[in-house]
Amino acid sequence: MDKQFNITVRDCDLYYSDFQALKNVSIDIEEHEVTALIGPSGCGKSTFIKMLNRMNDLVEDCRITGEILIGGQDIYAKGMDVTLLRKNAGMVFQKPNPFPMSIYDNIAFAPRTFGIKKKSELDSIVERSLKQAGLWNEAKDRLRKNAMGLSGGQQQRLCIARALAAEPKILLMDEPTSALDPISTGKIEDLINDLKNKYTIVIVTHNMQQATRISDKTAFFLLGEIIEYGRTVDIFSKPKDKRTENYITGRFG
Amino acid sequence: MSIRTRYDKELAGVFDNLVLMCRHIEVAIEKSVKALVDRNFELAYEVCDDHKQIDKMEREIEQSCLRILLMEHPVASDFHEVSAALKMITDLERIGDQAWDIAEIVPQFGDEGYIKKLEHIPQMAVIVIQMVKDGVHAYINRDLKLARSLDKTDDKVDGLFNTVMADLTALIKKNPDNAEQAIMLMMITKYLERIGDHAVNIGDWVEYAITGNRPKGKE
Repeated sequence: MDKQFNITVRDCDLYYSDFQALKNVSIDIEEHEVTALIGPSGCGKSTFIKMLNRMNDLVEDCRITGEILIGGQDIYAKGMDVTLLRKNAGMVFQKPNPFPMSIYDNIAFAPRTFGIKKKSELDSIVERSLKQAGLWNEAKDRLRKNAMGLSGGQQQRLCIARALAAEPKILLMDEPTSALDPISTGKIEDLINDLKNKYTIVIVTHNMQQATRISDKTAFFLLGEIIEYGRTVDIFSKPKDKRTENYITGRFG
Repeated sequence: MSIRTRYDKELAGVFDNLVLMCRHIEVAIEKSVKALVDRNFELAYEVCDDHKQIDKMEREIEQSCLRILLMEHPVASDFHEVSAALKMITDLERIGDQAWDIAEIVPQFGDEGYIKKLEHIPQMAVIVIQMVKDGVHAYINRDLKLARSLDKTDDKVDGLFNTVMADLTALIKKNPDNAEQAIMLMMITKYLERIGDHAVNIGDWVEYAITGNRPKGKE
């Protein structure tokens, strides 16, 4: 397996104007693993994953120092193709956000943006992406219907399918199941488990059980710092830092 | 009530019931050996009646622990604490069984005089009762030193066991008519020796509850 899409973050500080949201963050995220980011609200988890595909570029007064490498390449280097970076590092958000268009057009959006026009090719991408996201059987007979008519869980899987259609290598997920019922959550978790063989997945979650169920590694964030990072089984059975223990056992946060 | 407060309250309930179960077990061992020494068969029958109560307590604590696991999803030290309690009650229940086993043998001696003076068996009882008490107290007070000391204390129990075995073997050799009583006394001594082993197991689970690891060499 190649190591083109492992993520290395070294000594990163991130400021929103005068506020320091990330403090001296360093982490190595392995390819083809699921890494869960946990920590109380406002601790910098979402800021961190947005930093990995430069979503923070869109935030005024956001300043980053340090080094972020994907597959050894500095993603903040001059001349970096940000569109290509975001193609490689797709993002799924907390609330499903399908575009107000058909299911088909939602999925075909990214491939079209990258210049694919041929219908047969787009058909194949749509089918493959929906199958990967476990939505094909439910959506195949209504591909031309508006995506807004899907249930919340289906919409979130559609958003995952839409991200997969861009053929990313990394999937960044910001609380992807927090708005979903347990059945839909289970489907997304199964999906994450299936997808990890092909993708590097980083997921923000407030659900401790979810982190233990789906992730290989877990990073605990607190006040903009990574307090502890390691194998999920170790973090949840024998955390080294008292602050991690206090958080995961519900003593604070 | 916050989630953490509820959890702490549920765990405190488990602690209280463990102390109560431990107390019943101490009394059961004490009574069964006293029944033997004093030839008090009524006392022996009492132990048999109390046995049901110990089993009931085990089931109650088990249910509380399972409810905590199901509802609270404990992790890290909380998980070690609850799972250790679940394992400890199995050892405690076995200890209760062994006190019962001793009490069941007592009436079988009838009125016949003992073939030997009962000095080591009461000594063993005193030590194992203290071991059980120490095991449960070490758990409640998170006292790793006390938990680890049980292994060493058990050596004393094993030493007394070997002494009794040697005495009884000599008595059988001396007069084969001693065999019937000797076998019953051997069984009682073995039960007490096993109680010591279960107390050591309890100490091992206390170590797991505190450190998250089984003792070295017992992983």
